[in-house]
Amino acid sequence: MAEKQISGDVRIGVYVCHCGTNIAGIIDVKEVAEYAATLPGVVVSREYKYMCSDPGQELIKQDIRDHNLTRIVVAACSPTLHEATFRKATERGGLNPYYFQMVNVREQDSWVHVDKRAATDKALDLVRAAVRRVPKHRPLERREVAIHPDVLVVGGGIAGIHAALTLANAGKKVYLVERQPTIGGHMAQFDKTFPTLDCAACILTPKMTAVKAHPNITLWTLAEVAQIDGYVGNFTVRVRHKPRFVIEGLCVGCMECIEACVFKQAKVPDEFNAGLSKRKPVYLSFPQAVPLVPVIDPETCIEFKTGKCKKTCIEVCGERNAIDLNMKERLEEIQVGTIILATGFKTFDPHRLPYYGYGTYPNVYTALEVERLVNASGPTGGEIVLRDGKKPKTVGIVHCIGSRDENTNRWCSRVCCMYSLKLAHLIKEKTEAEIYNFYIDMRTPGKTFEEFYNRIGEEGVKFVRGKVADVYPADSDGQLILRVEDTLLSRVRKIPVDMVVLAVGLEGQPDAQDVRRMFNITCSNEGWFLERHPKLAPVNTFTDGIFLAGCCQGPKDIPDSVAQAGAAASEALALIDRGSIELEPNTAYIVEEECSGCKTCIPLCPYTAITFNADTKKAFINEVLCKGCGTCVASCPSGTIRQNLFEDEEIVEEIQGVLAYV
Amino acid sequence: MKPKVAFYWCASCGGCEEAVVDLAESILDVAAAIDIVLWPVATDFKRHHIEAMADGEIAAAIINGAIRSTEQEEWAHLLRRKAQVVISFGACAQLGGVPGLANLSDRQAILQTVYSGTPSTLNPEGVTPQPASRSNGHDLHLPVLFDTVRRLDEIISVDYSIPGCPPTPKLLADAVGALLTGKLPEKGAVLAPDRALCDECPRKDTRPDKLLVAEFKRPHQVLIEDDKCIMAQGLLCLGPATRSGCESRCIQGNMPCTGCFGPTSRVRDYGAKALSAVASLADSNDDAQIRKILEAIPDPVGTFYRYSLPAALLQRKRMTPHA
Amino acid sequence: MSEALVGLQAAPQFEPKIVAFFCNWCTYLAADLAGTSRIKYAPNTRVVRVMCSGRIDPQFVLEAFARGADGVLIGGCHPGDCHYQEGNYKCLRRFHLLQRMLGTLGLEEARFRLEWISAAEADRLKLAVNDMVAKVRALGPLRWSVPAENLAEEVAAS
Repeated sequence: MAEKQISGDVRIGVYVCHCGTNIAGIIDVKEVAEYAATLPGVVVSREYKYMCSDPGQELIKQDIRDHNLTRIVVAACSPTLHEATFRKATERGGLNPYYFQMVNVREQDSWVHVDKRAATDKALDLVRAAVRRVPKHRPLERREVAIHPDVLVVGGGIAGIHAALTLANAGKKVYLVERQPTIGGHMAQFDKTFPTLDCAACILTPKMTAVKAHPNITLWTLAEVAQIDGYVGNFTVRVRHKPRFVIEGLCVGCMECIEACVFKQAKVPDEFNAGLSKRKPVYLSFPQAVPLVPVIDPETCIEFKTGKCKKTCIEVCGERNAIDLNMKERLEEIQVGTIILATGFKTFDPHRLPYYGYGTYPNVYTALEVERLVNASGPTGGEIVLRDGKKPKTVGIVHCIGSRDENTNRWCSRVCCMYSLKLAHLIKEKTEAEIYNFYIDMRTPGKTFEEFYNRIGEEGVKFVRGKVADVYPADSDGQLILRVEDTLLSRVRKIPVDMVVLAVGLEGQPDAQDVRRMFNITCSNEGWFLERHPKLAPVNTFTDGIFLAGCCQGPKDIPDSVAQAGAAASEALALIDRGSIELEPNTAYIVEEECSGCKTCIPLCPYTAITFNADTKKAFINEVLCKGCGTCVASCPSGTIRQNLFEDEEIVEEIQGVLAYV
Repeated sequence: MKPKVAFYWCASCGGCEEAVVDLAESILDVAAAIDIVLWPVATDFKRHHIEAMADGEIAAAIINGAIRSTEQEEWAHLLRRKAQVVISFGACAQLGGVPGLANLSDRQAILQTVYSGTPSTLNPEGVTPQPASRSNGHDLHLPVLFDTVRRLDEIISVDYSIPGCPPTPKLLADAVGALLTGKLPEKGAVLAPDRALCDECPRKDTRPDKLLVAEFKRPHQVLIEDDKCIMAQGLLCLGPATRSGCESRCIQGNMPCTGCFGPTSRVRDYGAKALSAVASLADSNDDAQIRKILEAIPDPVGTFYRYSLPAALLQRKRMTPHA
Repeated sequence: MSEALVGLQAAPQFEPKIVAFFCNWCTYLAADLAGTSRIKYAPNTRVVRVMCSGRIDPQFVLEAFARGADGVLIGGCHPGDCHYQEGNYKCLRRFHLLQRMLGTLGLEEARFRLEWISAAEADRLKLAVNDMVAKVRALGPLRWSVPAENLAEEVAAS
């Protein structure tokens, strides 16, 4: 072992945290602290129960003063949790905060290993590595960048709407970008919402009109984000406006163009009604659409397809001249400081499970389709009328379609049990039919959800605990047989029904991967946008300045979506009101007199932070654009580019340290 | 009294001796200013002459060649004792040089190949050089080859290095001049600029700002244009990774740089850094395509460690016990 | 044998030491997630954290092997998912050439490994580490034999 030498300006304090028994239960913290005391440069070495506590941090500050420490090492949990905490403590003790190095002996040691000797040996190696690294640290300053006060909200469902209103009410300018012709999202398609059976439109539409009317909200529908550059506080966003072919500012919402369209009969499957009815090429998604302006679908409008339409719509619009068939797609660039993603979900496509008969038998429906059936402004005026015109006398609602299923999606979609109960109630109310709910478990955890479940049971809805295995037609009379193992009776039952409702689960949007790449955030394996921490940071992402709200982060109901939207808005507000943010100083830099101008680095930076200065004939890194990945550092063939916080010599000390190389 | 200077050669090719000779007329100035007490290629001084000197009597020992035998190792220690300043001269002494590629093998395999393995060798008794033997009543001794070729600074402490294969006469003249006037830099320095070759390359301005390589070519596949950046022509030029100071001789000879001046002071392992730079420029993000592009470099060790294998972090191919 | 028992072999068994370079945004977080999920895996890795797998200089890999590591593991984001857009592709390019070169120098392929592990894939991390440890354990200690250390032996043996 090397002799202990204390060189004048390197005086290291080492702190080994017990974290209660989280670390101390497996790792011999005393041994680690005693070992650290023998390492070159270490002046103080302690073990302590909870380093992140106030007294723990006080210990660091006190020791810096009492022992003239110049470097601090803390062996505890993951740096993602408390590196910032201990850097602050180091700073308050009077040292540059980057004279600190953290060692992860909890998440990556005591929590994942069983053998105490091996876990302790690992901790010894890691602490030794940090003690070797930290003397090489240089005093770094954090860069401060201003936060642009405007906010971009992507997605105009209930989550996006709520976030936008919250921010607008706080006086911030909000761009709400929605790709559909109207805001409202999936909630606009629902009839009643559980467990209160509020009318969805009644509670949603006031918020939608508030969005339209709010002076601080710029509402862009039929719009998508095309490109985004920049970093927290300074995003440059290019929004693609798809042509509506009706000029919003001129349209008065009379809808006569729809009436007058040469299509006397609607022929195009109506997306809002889940394909259960038809619309014309010029249409309004639903009566309370915001903006209340029709849209023309160029895929089905005759004028676009043949150029030979009478254009009765333009004729009837008359001198308002609100229809412009020459409208083009256009790009618009905006500057914002923060972004909230509220892009929602899609429902599981039950075609993937052919044994449920969706698409094969006409009276198999998805829950979303049934929402439209029960809705008064839906395709059947609120009557439950089947595709073959009959009214059902028995209905089977099958839970967990595309949820809790190893063959499709493993997760529980969280809302389906409740909406299945709701639909059971609504269908029964309208038809007096006999309703069966086929479930695996009844998941009703929310406020008054259990009481709702009881009520539905009392209304006479029947519950069968078993996953339906097969749907097939009965021999006669058009009914469908549901074959299910009733696990409480331990019997296989075949139950004939007139109507099958598939409680389809929730999934990430089909273009989630493209969207998240564009915004430089991550997706979880299941296709939901990834939050920074599942418990402590559920609305933040790993990209500063970008927040999540609603189902795009994971399946949830309306109360939770609204709550999360409020949380995301408040995170954005916190940044905006602070006015600036400090960026980690882990940028790359070029020592100019060492650069040979070989240009190896220039094509390697995805942020074009490196340019070639034609006058000096050397490469130049724009610190503001550099994100600190270090790729150029590793590529520089003459070792000229360095990275703050991750210098070659710092990393080499760490490598030699873990291997006990002297 | 003129300062005494010794030149010695270890495992080398004689090119560094040529560099001294290439001082041409200036050699007379050099010879006039110093007292050459050892130079096996050109003078008749013997080992016992050096052994007879006092320690430190020699002002500077300029040693070229790598160390791969017992004799070279002994000479290195001898000259270190007798000289105030020791200078590694050339890539072999500084980095191991081309002989360093023997580190892909070992003594037994080398002797086996040379004395039995080559197709034209007839050696049924498998005779190999013996360190000690007797002939005609005399004891004969031969130096023993090491398994591993080593740099000079692994054997003795070296005060300065002059890089190159060989170094330019100018670098040598400058070094001798500095020696004579006492204006040498800090000990341990490499006596050449600390920037990569592109800095002095006459074709620097013709390299595009954003150059990525979709296909690596080799010199025999391309008619190399003599006024364009060689890397921009698809060839592998190690100029970006190599220290400058050589007056771009190879470039001016219309051939790519092969790295003989070694790394800058900021790089620990030349081959690794050069590999990193070259690989980073492969123009593809597809796994199979990347492999394909890089396969056009058939011999990574020979390409990136041509002069510097003994200076690499791993220094040699892994030793495996012989059967 | 359950993964909890990996590493709990009889005392004199060789335990490889593996230096792992994990990128901050994906693999390092996956390792943290394994911790919060209390997933157990072999204790043979020593993690050196970098911001991006693109920061990994081949010199680091060689440094590790030269100083006593029996294996080197690189963990980065899946292709297309790099937090910094493309750093992992540069890492991939260097990895291929470096692995070829190390092969020529006598390093077995199993000792130098590149894994793409996203922040949510704690299980994949466990499998990769356990698999690598088992393979390297079977290969034995690397012992590159740095020549300067056995110069004296060589001289004496001559």
